[in-house]
Amino acid sequence: MTSPDRPRHESAMRRRLLLFGPFAAVLAAGGAFYVMLERETEGRFDPRGVPSMLIGKPVPTFTLPGNPGFASADLRGRPIVVNWFASWCAPCLEEAPVLMDLKRAGVEIWGIAYKDRPDATAAFLAGHGDPYAKRADDQPGRVAIDWGLTGVPETYLIDPAGIVRWRYVGPLTTDAIAGELQPLLRRYA
Amino acid sequence: MIRLALAFTLFLLAAPAFAISDPNEALPDPKQEARAVAIGEQLRCLVCQNESIEDSGADLARDLRHIVRQQVAAGKTDQQVIDWLVARYGNFVRLRPPFEASTLLLWGSPVLALAGGAAIVLLARRRQGESPPPLSDAERKRLRRLLDT
Amino acid sequence: MIPELGHFALALGVALGFAQAIVPLWGAHRGDARLMQAAPALALGQFLAVGISFVCLAWSSVVSDFSVLNIAENSNSLEPLIYKITGTWGNHEGSILFWCLILTMCGAAVAAFGAGLPSSLRARVIGVLGLAGVGFQLFALLESDPFVRLWPPPVDGRDMNPLLQDPGLAMHPPILYTGYVGFAVPFAFAIAALLEGRIDAAWGRWVRPWTLAAWCFLTGGIALGSWWAYYELGWGGFWFWDPVENASLLPWLTGTALLHSALVVEKREALKVWTVLLAIGTFSFSLSGTFLVRSGILNSVHAFANDPARGVFILALLGLVIGGSLLLFALRAPVLSATGIFAPVSREGALVLNNILLCSIAAVVATGTMYPLFADLLLGEKLSVGAPFFNATVFPLAVPLFAAMAVGPMLSWKRADLGAALTKLWWAALIAAAIGLFMATRAALLPTLAFACAAWIILGAAADLGERVRLFRVPLSASGRRLLGLSRGTLGTTIAHAGLGVTIAGIAAASLAHSSIVLLHPGQVAHVGGYDFQLTDLHDRSGPNYAARVAVIDVRHDGRLLTVLAPERRTFPVQQITTTEAKISTNGLRDLYAVLGEERDGGAVLRLHVNWLAPWIWFGALIMAAGGLVSLADRRLRVGAPARRRARTVPA
Repeated sequence: MTSPDRPRHESAMRRRLLLFGPFAAVLAAGGAFYVMLERETEGRFDPRGVPSMLIGKPVPTFTLPGNPGFASADLRGRPIVVNWFASWCAPCLEEAPVLMDLKRAGVEIWGIAYKDRPDATAAFLAGHGDPYAKRADDQPGRVAIDWGLTGVPETYLIDPAGIVRWRYVGPLTTDAIAGELQPLLRRYA
Repeated sequence: MIRLALAFTLFLLAAPAFAISDPNEALPDPKQEARAVAIGEQLRCLVCQNESIEDSGADLARDLRHIVRQQVAAGKTDQQVIDWLVARYGNFVRLRPPFEASTLLLWGSPVLALAGGAAIVLLARRRQGESPPPLSDAERKRLRRLLDT
Repeated sequence: MIPELGHFALALGVALGFAQAIVPLWGAHRGDARLMQAAPALALGQFLAVGISFVCLAWSSVVSDFSVLNIAENSNSLEPLIYKITGTWGNHEGSILFWCLILTMCGAAVAAFGAGLPSSLRARVIGVLGLAGVGFQLFALLESDPFVRLWPPPVDGRDMNPLLQDPGLAMHPPILYTGYVGFAVPFAFAIAALLEGRIDAAWGRWVRPWTLAAWCFLTGGIALGSWWAYYELGWGGFWFWDPVENASLLPWLTGTALLHSALVVEKREALKVWTVLLAIGTFSFSLSGTFLVRSGILNSVHAFANDPARGVFILALLGLVIGGSLLLFALRAPVLSATGIFAPVSREGALVLNNILLCSIAAVVATGTMYPLFADLLLGEKLSVGAPFFNATVFPLAVPLFAAMAVGPMLSWKRADLGAALTKLWWAALIAAAIGLFMATRAALLPTLAFACAAWIILGAAADLGERVRLFRVPLSASGRRLLGLSRGTLGTTIAHAGLGVTIAGIAAASLAHSSIVLLHPGQVAHVGGYDFQLTDLHDRSGPNYAARVAVIDVRHDGRLLTVLAPERRTFPVQQITTTEAKISTNGLRDLYAVLGEERDGGAVLRLHVNWLAPWIWFGALIMAAGGLVSLADRRLRVGAPARRRARTVPA
């Protein structure tokens, strides 16, 4: 080949490569969607889940009334699981036996009732078991916003220094307890 | 979330909630209320699909609307109100994501798209402008033969 | 028995689809005329089979056969007949079947109207449509079978989602789907051209009407959906940049670009490779719009979590169709050579600018819609991308598009004089600027710009038309004759462009709307935007499958009674859902809009709006679609009888 042909040949090659662009892009996107799908089924990917901003930070300051009610300053000295719940929340019903098992396993659980009437809360606990060592009521739901709560139930682990270490959205499962909570409890015990 | 029905997603079984709420919710000062609406429209209702807290009838959205108005009335700047919410819910709460390293491609997408379009046009034009390659010796011979006959 | 018949017909459709894919494509490859000639009959057969299948499902729904799972879950014996019929496509399984039906209808249409096509091109187009049809019918048959039986059948069905029990929304999916699926035809033409290795002006002439028809339906479908959101959802909004809405906007944007670039192929034999890519891209967005979104990757992936097989099937199918065609594109596109050369300032140049801007907007919308997912997957960042982002990024790209829109049609092909075109538009520019200045005192920057753009586009279209009929330069009667003599295509362009201007004005006017949430007791009056809304009565009413609470509101302006609005809150006992029925009274320039909220101590919470120019949003979309149809009338003449048209144009 003579020399003037070479740049032309190169530009033709470049053009051919360029034409593969859309195919490569779709291939990459398809692969990414497949990974999302896989992780979704395994429960490792949730595009809708709101991440907690509290992990690694101190519990927001609060004082709540209730039975007997508690304040952020009380969450010190030992690892405590804080569970947000409500009597009107169906998933909380589903969660109730799991929490009772957790209590029987010797884990200290404190409960905060979210936007619930105290008498309804009491009736709910009387009917489905009361796993809570202490219970507070957040009737206005204002403290919940400081916690970054998006719904009930949500469960948090507070370490002995009052730092939030873990959050779980939705009804707690035995898998989550065994796989995530127990190792953390052992670490911060 | 109800909007999904638009394209027949039809996985919507939750009861729709409408953002029709308490008339007392609005701030008395129309200027402050307008500011509160403008802020609220940039904040995502966390329990809904893709609605702002101003559009949503969800309980949590109502609480957040209330907080936004409280803070506006207390004289906080727009940025302070948004920061307060981001501190609790993260950037997820912002319907208008911040401009930072992780959103570079997002905010850069208009410029990148335009640049890409311009590049394709320039490439195509350059190719068009290229003159055909000079004839090889064999071709020249053939041409002469054709012209001679 | 009827459902089994439907199931069997669907299976038959798949079998015919396989034949429709293999026989003509093989025939075209081998140059075997007999095999190629089998294509139309197979396409019609497949249409008939899937049609029978769909009719069987609709019949089961009409007779309330609750032994069919799909009908037990989505229908109810008390439902009005119209919703029993429309309910057929108002659920996942039924809508997939409906989607397949329209795809086979496209194949049948090519078979029926394609007699003038070169036989190998026709065989390939039908073959490609058959191949796509097989994939989605298999999906219907294997992963979302609408004919699954339920034993024992329940006494009554679970009813259709009440939000969907609405005449506007009942007609929304057929129109939208026809738009989505209609782009399968340009797609099939693109693939056929890649297989043939040849594109010429005739190809462009063939592709345009199909694109135009699909585009008209998609425009109408999107407008209908947005209108439904406006009156049914009850907060006066009409576009939310929701992933689902974006998914329908994407093929519209690229389809609009395709419409314009196919014109260049037809007139000037340029932009061939680009047009083929756009045809593939548009149908790919259509597919993603119907399947990816519905299956939940974009919204809640829970649909996948419930049935991962379904999600993987969809993804694999999309990958095969989209990835396969783009691979073919990469391999075969170099064969397509461009011939037409043009200067940057020319009609072609303007259409290229149109394509760059439309595709940039599409790229931004696609990026914004997908970004949260990819940021989560790749960076581990949780982000939301919503209306504020899209408003901030799409509009700056749309303004130059709008500005160029009025000028483009005035430029001549190959090489144009921009100055001359602009001088014809001086008065349009002047009026648009005046409107902009006038609005600047009343509205924010974006709406002001939008108003000016709307005026510029509408007046620009008028100026173009005036120029073409030489208005005021020749006697009016001569102008009238010229108007009648204009090609329908030109007329359609002008109408459609003006329609977009009308829509933009409607959208811009949303910033002028007044709204208020008030608690009224019967007899009390609220003042909103210069109108007096008086609540006169609150009462109950019972509908066929719901109970309603009605508020009666008199609306007065300057003491004169304008209208009585009666918004409702409906409770559907079967699905335990409450919907709001907003009531709207329009005079074409403004909507009076009322929604009934909750009731409190004898009073009712009402949301009252005065929405200026709101009807223009959908009116403009209608004008756009009408412009498309006018243009289509022209195309059909050409396509149906190219020879006859040539004969007719000679004396003129």
